[in-house]
Amino acid sequence: MPEIVAFNAIAAGIEPEAEKDPVALSGPWGRKPRRALSPRNIIIYGTLIVVALYYLLPLYVMVMTSLKGMPEIRLGNIFAPPLEITFEPWAKAWSSACTGLNCDGLSRGFWNSVRITVPSTIVSIAIASVNGYALANWRFKGADLFFTILIVGAFIPYQVMIYPIVIVLRELGVYGSLTGLIIVHTIFGMPILTLLFRNYFAGLPEELFKAARVDGAGFWTIYFRIMLPMSMPIFVVAMILQVTGIWNDFLFGVVFTRPEYYPMTVQLNNIVNSVQGVKEYNVNMAATILTGAVPLIVYFVSGRLFVRGIAAGAVKG
Amino acid sequence: MAGHTRGSGRPNQWLRNLNAKLASIPMILTAVVIFLGGTVWTVVYSFTNSKLLPRLSFVGLDQYERLWAAPRWLISVQNLVIYGFFSLIFSLVIGFLLAALMDQKIRFENTFRTIMLYPFALSFIVTGLVWQWLLNPEYGIQSVVRSLGWTSFAFDPLYNSNIVIYGILIAALWQGTGLVMCLMLAGLRGIDEDIWKAARVDGIPMWKTYLLVIIPMMRGVFITTLVIIASGIVKVYDLVVAQTSGGPGIASEVPAKYVYDYMFQAQNLGQGFAASTMMLVTVAIIIVPWAYLEFGGGRKRA
Repeated sequence: MPEIVAFNAIAAGIEPEAEKDPVALSGPWGRKPRRALSPRNIIIYGTLIVVALYYLLPLYVMVMTSLKGMPEIRLGNIFAPPLEITFEPWAKAWSSACTGLNCDGLSRGFWNSVRITVPSTIVSIAIASVNGYALANWRFKGADLFFTILIVGAFIPYQVMIYPIVIVLRELGVYGSLTGLIIVHTIFGMPILTLLFRNYFAGLPEELFKAARVDGAGFWTIYFRIMLPMSMPIFVVAMILQVTGIWNDFLFGVVFTRPEYYPMTVQLNNIVNSVQGVKEYNVNMAATILTGAVPLIVYFVSGRLFVRGIAAGAVKG
Repeated sequence: MAGHTRGSGRPNQWLRNLNAKLASIPMILTAVVIFLGGTVWTVVYSFTNSKLLPRLSFVGLDQYERLWAAPRWLISVQNLVIYGFFSLIFSLVIGFLLAALMDQKIRFENTFRTIMLYPFALSFIVTGLVWQWLLNPEYGIQSVVRSLGWTSFAFDPLYNSNIVIYGILIAALWQGTGLVMCLMLAGLRGIDEDIWKAARVDGIPMWKTYLLVIIPMMRGVFITTLVIIASGIVKVYDLVVAQTSGGPGIASEVPAKYVYDYMFQAQNLGQGFAASTMMLVTVAIIIVPWAYLEFGGGRKRA
């Protein structure tokens, strides 16, 4: 499911740790271990290696299966590497796998997901950052009340709000379109992002803001000339959060768009779980890897920032 | 710049800080119209007999009576209880044990953490489909073990209605324990090194220090993690859709799927609203006491 549960991770006291994260998680510290092969070390590293293998196993099986031909899959063992490597399943998954009557592969879903993720990420971050800035530096009467409702609302199961949103979008004439889905992602990204930005801006030295005010800078000038340039790290964290969250979303995609706009996750599920035809497990696994590739790349490239993002938001679920 | 009327005699209270108010309009609309309004709307309509379209003809608790008499809903709730219970216990225990291992000043900590956390970057759909393949009785783990000579080996949770929910649990734990480990590790790192020194001086064994000193000190982290896991559990949907589509039969149905199916496929909106209201109540039962402990009740915590 797309996202976000625990903004309160922040409010509730994880935040101090999250703030310390870059230091605290930066690797082993203290004295160096003395002997390399003590029984204690063997137990610790042995366990960790077994655990790591368990975590890696599904990824390994996915890749191996996707590189085999169907005859080999029927005969062999899912853990065995392919005897004969073939990239055909990948090509088929991308360009000619079928969902129902449509046989143009996952590429359509991929581009739909791009068209959903990019604007949703930009719009949600733009709105939430300005909003967090207003809450941190330009607080007005009643602002805290709305903010509290927003944060509490983040815990309400999406199922409770889905139908009213369908009605609102239908009234606006955007139900089923990409615009509608972008609005939905902006709405549900708002609590965590606003909280993230509000806390970040509130943590910046107040003197900066005051000095700018004295110099006559207004709301937008301060935002664009001072806050924005100083806050690039938090924008990157927000981007990681949103890109992975929106890319991985399934429920909103299936509820709020028409089939021609289905995001990649929905299309993937339709391809793999379609009941017609012979099951082509290699194509299915290639399609699964392709769908997981974007968030995985984001994860491996962003490294510690990803950890920081989830520690701050404990995203999705 | 414009807005924020400085000088010139403040004509109107409403125009003060105008830009901040304009910037907050999306938040106000979301909070009031969607979160508050939408929730109230759904709860109100759960007392009507809406079918294809929402209609305001009240029927009292009819929808709820029907809901709690429906075998599919009862199975959904039962599954959620089993799944929720084990997922809480296992994620907390495994997450903490892994974090404790990672906290032993080991080498390659970053590598291990990267490996344990990567499933969390994947969607539930991807997770569900991978595990559907691994648990495939014809080609997956079961067939591999059988081909090694243990021909009566049986491990086909996804095709056995009695244990299908545990098959889903395995996938969920694979995806989520890395996150719990990270949260716990952050908690462990927040504990003063002096505590460890003191324990060592007193000759208290390590496991005892963890059990009697460290874990009680990490109460806040545990509670937060618990809330994160718990509110994720209530919403579990995509994983089931991808892994089993609720099957075999209705053996792995969950409440979130019940809501979706009744709202958008069976065109029985009233049932969907009643079921989603029950989900709301469940979350409230989890969140309200926690919020009270955490924020209300005179701030006992440090």
